[in-house]
Amino acid sequence: MDLKLDHHSEDRLTIVEVEGEIDVYTAPRLRELLIDLVNKGNFHLLVNMEKVDFLDSTGLGVLVGGLKRVRAHDGSLELVCTQERILKIFRITGLTKVFGIYASVDEAKEAHGRDK
Amino acid sequence: MATVELTFSALPAHVRTARLVATAIARRTGVEESVLDEVRLAVGEACSRAVEAHRLHCPGEPIRIELSDDLGRFEVTVTDSAPSDELEHDRGMLRIDDPLGQLPDTLMSGFGIAVIAGLADEVQVYPSPKGMRIRMSWPAAPNGLPRI
Repeated sequence: MDLKLDHHSEDRLTIVEVEGEIDVYTAPRLRELLIDLVNKGNFHLLVNMEKVDFLDSTGLGVLVGGLKRVRAHDGSLELVCTQERILKIFRITGLTKVFGIYASVDEAKEAHGRDK
Repeated sequence: MATVELTFSALPAHVRTARLVATAIARRTGVEESVLDEVRLAVGEACSRAVEAHRLHCPGEPIRIELSDDLGRFEVTVTDSAPSDELEHDRGMLRIDDPLGQLPDTLMSGFGIAVIAGLADEVQVYPSPKGMRIRMSWPAAPNGLPRI
């Protein structure tokens, strides 16, 4: 399955909806979107990965790159993910300590609201 | 022992094909369903690393992947022709405690090997000036799945 990307803003939070496979072939499109959003002043990103079928280290690199960029503007990049097969790669690489990972968009929005 | 060999040019689009082939053969070899995701990800990591390395050093050379079942194990070997060294191997085997500080946005080769090491039941990495060979294996049914 190819990669489908969409995004919308709610208050100060930009929610990025990702569907499909994030790998060495498709990850550049996600990278371009994240860079574009940051360049347009969106510094608080929430990436919804609930419909992601596959994620490899190239995809992780794109997310890490996005996190670096938003942090340069005191922003945040957090994730929504409950799929064990996706979470496993975050655990193996120790990135669960780096990203805020939530069980739902609502849970992330609630946490984001508390931090404002 | 049955072996399937696949060679592909160093294009990112072909990595998905390699993943699909590896998963199909792993299933046929009798690898447990719960482990197939790990096979898919580990083979994808090895092939992605090889593609990135070839694109840097030898874009015209093909990458080779061998898949075999041998005495109750499913074994995958990914061989590339790009020069590699011990440094990359060592970096891959390190626990990455500071991903934001250490990792570039694009080439995640060492990271990929660390992921493979976390996924495969057994893994051996053979770096050399002539290319890298990554061999990984998982338990499978002793005689594969019965033919239908």
